[in-house]
Amino acid sequence: MNGKRGEPNTGGHRRDPLWLAAWLHRISGLALAAFLPLHFLVFALVLSSKAALDGFLRWTANPAVKVAEAGLVFLLTLHLLGGIRILLLENLPWFAGHKQLVAGALLTASMLALVFLVRAA
Amino acid sequence: MNVRLYVLQRASAAVMAPLLLIHLGVIFYASRRGLSASDILARTRGSLFWGAFYATLVVAAATHAAIGVRVVASEWTRWHGGMLEALMWACGLLLAALGLTAVAAVVLV
Repeated sequence: MNGKRGEPNTGGHRRDPLWLAAWLHRISGLALAAFLPLHFLVFALVLSSKAALDGFLRWTANPAVKVAEAGLVFLLTLHLLGGIRILLLENLPWFAGHKQLVAGALLTASMLALVFLVRAA
Repeated sequence: MNVRLYVLQRASAAVMAPLLLIHLGVIFYASRRGLSASDILARTRGSLFWGAFYATLVVAAATHAAIGVRVVASEWTRWHGGMLEALMWACGLLLAALGLTAVAAVVLV
């Protein structure tokens, strides 16, 4: 991935699908970590009143929010499947097909997000 | 990342994986006809199962996210040593406190 011995690293590894997978895993993880406090605060609204939570949930019926929620389903599924691949990679003997697993994770995450969006429409 | 954090990161991921699969299923099931506070509370209020389920998920997620944020900060910024430790603990404690408050709100209150 990093050029031949003695040659400068030209950054070719950054075009490798598994490098992209590692980058996506970090980005999706950061996005989910940023979202979690808001997610928790929403459910804590019950502490003030059930009506406060209902008011927020009514707001989430907004189509733009549904698109954002589908994005979260995509990120969560991608991070979950990417994480399972890392656990398999680290705990099982090496096997070929990690690039196919990454492609499968991207496809599954996209499909689930799409299904979520269609059901919400 | 030292060995202790590495093991905690992977262990929290292994705990979360099956719980998140169930959580995704609940998201799809619960949002089939729009969400309401009554629907959510009817499932969670007074439920030992959902209380333990979400409390475990919150603690594992707070642990996993805090260590993950520390790793990314160490790779993408010049932060090191005590700054990374402070970031990790702040992130973990904030998520655990907010998360467990949310669980208590929908299960106990």
